[in-house]
Amino acid sequence: MLTKRLIACFDVVDGRVTKAQQFQDNIDVAPAEELAQRLYEDQIDEIVFYDITASAQRRKIDLDTVRKVAQHVFVPFTVGGGIRSVDDMFEVLKAGAEKISVDSMAVRNPDIIRQGADAFGRQCVVLSTQVKHVGVSNGLPSGYEVFIDGAREPTGMDALDWVRRGEDLGAGEIVVNSIDRDGTASGYDLDITSAVAASVNVPVIASGGAGTVDHIAAGLTEGGAQAAIISSILYSPRLERNLGVRELKEALAARDVPMRPYLET
Amino acid sequence: MNLSGIARALHYPQILMIGIIDYRAGNAPSVGYALTRLGIEHELVDTPERIETLDRIILPGVGAARATIDSLESSGLVEPLTRRVRDDRVPFLGICIGLQVLFEHSEESDTACLGWVPGEVRKFPDTARVPQIGWNSVQLQREHPLTASFPDGGHCYFVNSYYAVPASDDDVLGRTDYGLEFCSVVAHDNIVATQFHAEKSGPLGLGLLTAFAEWDPASGDSAPGDSAC
Repeated sequence: MLTKRLIACFDVVDGRVTKAQQFQDNIDVAPAEELAQRLYEDQIDEIVFYDITASAQRRKIDLDTVRKVAQHVFVPFTVGGGIRSVDDMFEVLKAGAEKISVDSMAVRNPDIIRQGADAFGRQCVVLSTQVKHVGVSNGLPSGYEVFIDGAREPTGMDALDWVRRGEDLGAGEIVVNSIDRDGTASGYDLDITSAVAASVNVPVIASGGAGTVDHIAAGLTEGGAQAAIISSILYSPRLERNLGVRELKEALAARDVPMRPYLET
Repeated sequence: MNLSGIARALHYPQILMIGIIDYRAGNAPSVGYALTRLGIEHELVDTPERIETLDRIILPGVGAARATIDSLESSGLVEPLTRRVRDDRVPFLGICIGLQVLFEHSEESDTACLGWVPGEVRKFPDTARVPQIGWNSVQLQREHPLTASFPDGGHCYFVNSYYAVPASDDDVLGRTDYGLEFCSVVAHDNIVATQFHAEKSGPLGLGLLTAFAEWDPASGDSAPGDSAC
C-alpha cells in the first residue's frame, strides 16, 4: 500500500535554509546540505528545495547547492525557483534532483509544463501554486485566487481552474500552498486542499501552516492530500520546540495515517 | 570479456567497472552520487565505445519511454548495450524507466522498446491517482542475490504512471500493490531491474545497489527455468 509522505521544505537563499512567515521576514536556519543530511538521517520521505530569490533576481537556480544536497540525500528531491526552460530543467535534473517545481514561471508560460512533461515525463513536473482566500466572485468561483512572485502578485486566476489546467498540461503533482497560513503554525487550509484533491487525479501536496501533528494528520485525511509539506515544525527557530521525523511519523501512524515505518539501523 | 576488459582485470584484478548510462532523459548523476556514498567505483557513460569496457551496466531513468528510447538510439547506444547485455551477459540493472524499456512494448506513446525481457508496459487505470508517487512496499516472490538483505515488505520510493507486465511470472522478483498488483522488481538471467528508484529509497535502496555491485549471475543464481544453461 502506498504510504503518505512527509516532505521537508527548504526556502534557500545563497545556499542557506531560511524560514519565512507569510512569505516575509526570512530568518536564517542552516546551510542547505547540512539540514538536508540531518533530515535524511532522520528518514524524512522527501525534500523540496526552493531557490526563493532566483526568480525575482532573474538568475538561474543555484546548481551548486542542488548538487551538494543531492550528494548527501538518498530520498527524492524536488527543486524549484528560476526555472524558465526545458534546458533549465535538464540542468537541475543533471545536478541530482528527481523533480522540478514550477510556480510563477508556469503562470507566465503555461506551456513549460507541457514541454517538461514531454521531455522528462509527467512525474518530473510539480506544479506549485500559491493560493489566497479572497471570497467568491464572478472570475473566482472557488473563492481562491492564484498569486505569484512570492505571493506578491495577484493573477486574477481561479485556483481550481489553474490546477485543472496544470494537470491537463502535464503536471504530475500539485502543491497547494496557502498564503494565509504560510509560517503561521495554524494548520493547512483544508478547504482549498480538499477542493484541489477532488478536482485533479494527480497527487496533491498540502503546504503552508502545519504546526502540530494533528494539522498534518488533518491535511492527509480530511484535506485529501497524498503528502504534507512541513518546515517550521521541523526546524523553525520561531517555535519553542521542534519535532523529529521519527516522532512525527509515529504520532501520525498512531492516528491511522499510513506512513513508511521508521527503519532501525 | 573483450581485450580492454581483460587488460584492466589483469592490472586491477579486484576492480570491476560499473557504467551508469548517461542519456538526456536520465538521472545518471543521482545514481552516481549513491554509488559514491557506497564507495563503489563507477563512471557515467554516454558513448558506444565506453560501453565495450564495462563489467556492469546500470540504466537509470526518470523520463518517458519514448524520450528514453529516442535518446538511446540517437546516441548510438542501443546496439552496443544489447550486445553487451544479451550476448556478453554483463550484469545489468535497470531503474524506473530503465525497467520499463526492457520489455517489448510500452503503452506510453505506443513505444517499441528494447525487448530484452518478454512482456509489455501498461498505464495504471484512473481508479488510483496517476502517477503513483511515494513509498510503497515490495513483496518478494522468491530468493535472489539482489534482494538477499532486503526485508520482505520493505518500502521503496516509486514514481510511475506505467507498470510492467512480464510475460513470465518467473521474471517477477518483487510485487507491489497500487490499486492492482504489479511487478516492481524484475530478474531475468543477467538482467535485474527495479520500478522504484533504488538510488532514492534510503538505506534499503542503497543495499540493493550494493547487492547488484556484488552479484555474479554466472554463479547459478538466476531464476528457475529462465536460463539456457
